[in-house]
Amino acid sequence: MSLFGIPLLLADKNATFWFPAKASTFAEDVDSLYMYIMWISAVFFALIVVAMVWFAIKYRRRPGYEGDSRALHNNALEIIWTVIPTMIVVWIFAKGVYGYMDMMRPPAETIDVNVTARKWNWTFQYPNGAISPELHVPINQASRMRMRSEDALHSLFIPAFRCKTDLVPGRVTYMWFKPILTGEYDLFCAEYCGDEHSNMITKVFVHEDADYQKWLAEAAKPPENPVAHGQWLYERMGCKACHSSEPDKKIVGPSFAGTYGTEQKMAGGKAVKVDENYIRESILEPQKKIREGYQNASLMPSFQGKLKDNEITALTLYIEALKDGQLTDDELGKNDDKAVAPK
Amino acid sequence: MSAVATEPTHSHYESNEADNFLINSKGVLSWALTLDHKRIGLMYLVGVMSAFFVAGILALVLRTELMTPDQWFLTTQQYNQVFTLHGAIMVFLFIIPSVPAALGNFLVPVMLGAKDVAFPRLNLGSFYLWVAGAIFFLSAMLYTGLDTGWTFYTPYSTQTRGPVVAATMGVFILGFSSIFTGLNFIVTINTMRPPGMTWFKMPLFLWATYATAIIQVLATPVLGITVLLLAAERVFHIGIFDPAYNGDPVVFQHFFWFYSHPAVYIMILPAMGIISEVMSVHCHKSIFGYRFIAYSSIAIALFGFLVWGHHMFTSGMAEVTTIVFSALTFTVSIPSAIKVFNWLATMYKGTVQLTTPMCYALSFIFLFTIGGLTGLWLGALSTDRHLHDTYFVVAHFHYVMVGGTLVGFLSGVFHWWPKMTGKMFSEFWGIVSCWFVFVGFNLTFLPQFVMGSRGMPRRYARYVEEFQDLHQMSTVGAYLLGLGLFVALGVLLHSLRSGKKAPANPWGAATLEWQCSSPPPFYNFQSPPTVNEPYDYLPLVYRDADRGWEYVQQTTPAPKPVHV
Repeated sequence: MSLFGIPLLLADKNATFWFPAKASTFAEDVDSLYMYIMWISAVFFALIVVAMVWFAIKYRRRPGYEGDSRALHNNALEIIWTVIPTMIVVWIFAKGVYGYMDMMRPPAETIDVNVTARKWNWTFQYPNGAISPELHVPINQASRMRMRSEDALHSLFIPAFRCKTDLVPGRVTYMWFKPILTGEYDLFCAEYCGDEHSNMITKVFVHEDADYQKWLAEAAKPPENPVAHGQWLYERMGCKACHSSEPDKKIVGPSFAGTYGTEQKMAGGKAVKVDENYIRESILEPQKKIREGYQNASLMPSFQGKLKDNEITALTLYIEALKDGQLTDDELGKNDDKAVAPK
Repeated sequence: MSAVATEPTHSHYESNEADNFLINSKGVLSWALTLDHKRIGLMYLVGVMSAFFVAGILALVLRTELMTPDQWFLTTQQYNQVFTLHGAIMVFLFIIPSVPAALGNFLVPVMLGAKDVAFPRLNLGSFYLWVAGAIFFLSAMLYTGLDTGWTFYTPYSTQTRGPVVAATMGVFILGFSSIFTGLNFIVTINTMRPPGMTWFKMPLFLWATYATAIIQVLATPVLGITVLLLAAERVFHIGIFDPAYNGDPVVFQHFFWFYSHPAVYIMILPAMGIISEVMSVHCHKSIFGYRFIAYSSIAIALFGFLVWGHHMFTSGMAEVTTIVFSALTFTVSIPSAIKVFNWLATMYKGTVQLTTPMCYALSFIFLFTIGGLTGLWLGALSTDRHLHDTYFVVAHFHYVMVGGTLVGFLSGVFHWWPKMTGKMFSEFWGIVSCWFVFVGFNLTFLPQFVMGSRGMPRRYARYVEEFQDLHQMSTVGAYLLGLGLFVALGVLLHSLRSGKKAPANPWGAATLEWQCSSPPPFYNFQSPPTVNEPYDYLPLVYRDADRGWEYVQQTTPAPKPVHV
């Protein structure tokens, strides 16, 4: 696909010049109204521009031509160009409301997914308790998002599904959709939420039903090896948005890699050793000790009550395993025949 | 007044050269403490143009960063701070005061044949409030970097480390500057119209300014209350907006948009007033549908108060509320359409002169029509669910605010430049600048509509790779637009040094401001001017380039309007 000879990258073969893939039942309705308004606007716009250019040429000031400068009025014309646009916008309004009501009315049977948004990532929790950082949904079944934000406003936006709803802290908001095309689509945060707003993006996977069930069963089981469990939590509980797992790579907060066991200077000037107690304290009371150079970074929320004891231990072991800057298969327990249960 | 003592001149077109308001008194203090509305208007003009320059450079910085999907030279925090600065400076320091405070201050009294506004001291006070607010606002934002966006949405604005309280106090001060200007215009237009100038003999620019002033006086206090509550929330945690203290963040959005949506009409209505003047004068044709244009300004001002909810269609408002706001939103499109049709009909059978102000005015009609029509996609609820908070919205409001207000403002600046400075500018380079602005603007923002419908969210420092081509087109367009604006600035500055002397009435306009010399004497008119129909061009005769257009004595009464 190209526009004026400039190639336009379209990541998805189902996408068109105007729209991403039509991957939910809303897409047809939204796209058709979009194109109706486009044609109505094109006609009006063409009339206006043609009249403007034509008048500018025909009545241009030139020798031998004298225009009429007197006032002209025509009430019939005024009424016509008031009433016709009014009728058209009433029609557009009605079409818009019709589509909107569909988006507001989920069918009786839905798969409910709990969505938690925080700066700057998503956690999706499924009916069987599985959690994942990406959204997985089956094709041809309605899914309903029950959405909560832990901090600022966010907005869950799936362009391929043509739907979007804000997540408002202190409230639960809902959104439903029925995917009709398997594949992998972008999921964006559409409401500005601070530093890493533009990295608060993930994927939606639309599976065939059998694949979905398989994935769901798999996802419900966290790894048994504590370091792997720590990494699993790191990816799902929101740590990853601000703390990198590569040495010296700063996203918002300090990197997890290469810090365990080191002495770090705090904002007050005191040096503190990064050990199990410090990590535990930082997870539960993040503002108690702030490292030098991070005084102006965005505030980390407390995970008190959000992580269980064994999960904090798993995360600590994960950070410990990263002290040399990388994870080996040995540390992740991939070579073990029998995984060690978390302490 | 020295003018009283001089010999009466043979025509009220001419006045003593030494009374020229630009040079009748000298020294910095004679400007800093002036009560002359024309000097205050010019100081505002320099102020808002400086603000525009700064915010425009920031826009180019943002567009340059967006050449690549990943980081080029701005971190995400820096990007967020720069777009906040760009938006906040453009809205609060440029667009809102641009036409009313800069051009309005200069023109309102002269168009009324009056000596000054009703409250000259309040007028100077409002200018200094603008300066104080600007300094407060900018220093607060630069001190540690505000990153809330110009909308200050809670609860992010109560959580961020940015200087929110200081910045909101800046907005509070700027709000009062705007309220005082509005108040001054309402009283001036109500009480100081000359004998014979009834409401329906007022130039349409005054109708637009009046409608704007009503919104400024009624809506701005709500913004003041909102930012005070936000500051109280941040400092005392009173629990109105922040869910951590049992507040509701959506309440903030209602408060904020109750001002900020009418503010959109504070921004666009005066520009529409300019276009009504420029279209009539440069087509040498009485305005078509005067009353429809005048009433539609008032209709826009009133409907504008009832549509704020369309900024919140995805925020989880009740369904009925959402539907009602959608319906009300569509009502506001009708008066805007009426204006466009009447401007076009004004060209019919006129004598169209493609001067620089006229080219900008035609450009306004083209761009504003796109801006208005794309509002239909966003007013319709189902398409808005997809397009809300995407680049489609960014493109839409830039078509209205830049393609509309900025281009209208430029049209007005070029139209009244000879009156304000007494100098004619280069028409050739003026039209060149208009073409660059027009082409550059469309190249910048048309691709953004496509990006939006493909799903590119706004306020993104990084983006997925498939949008790169469209982003690059947009950036190239922004450079062209910037170039065009620099050419426009060059044309104006060049005219100050070596422009030809402007006659009192270079365009052949019939409104009162063209009856006094260019630039006007500090007292505007030696004797009260004769009030004519504002768009009756029959008694005007073109003499030559030096003398411009002059009134000839009418022997027959003005003909009645023709009904076709």
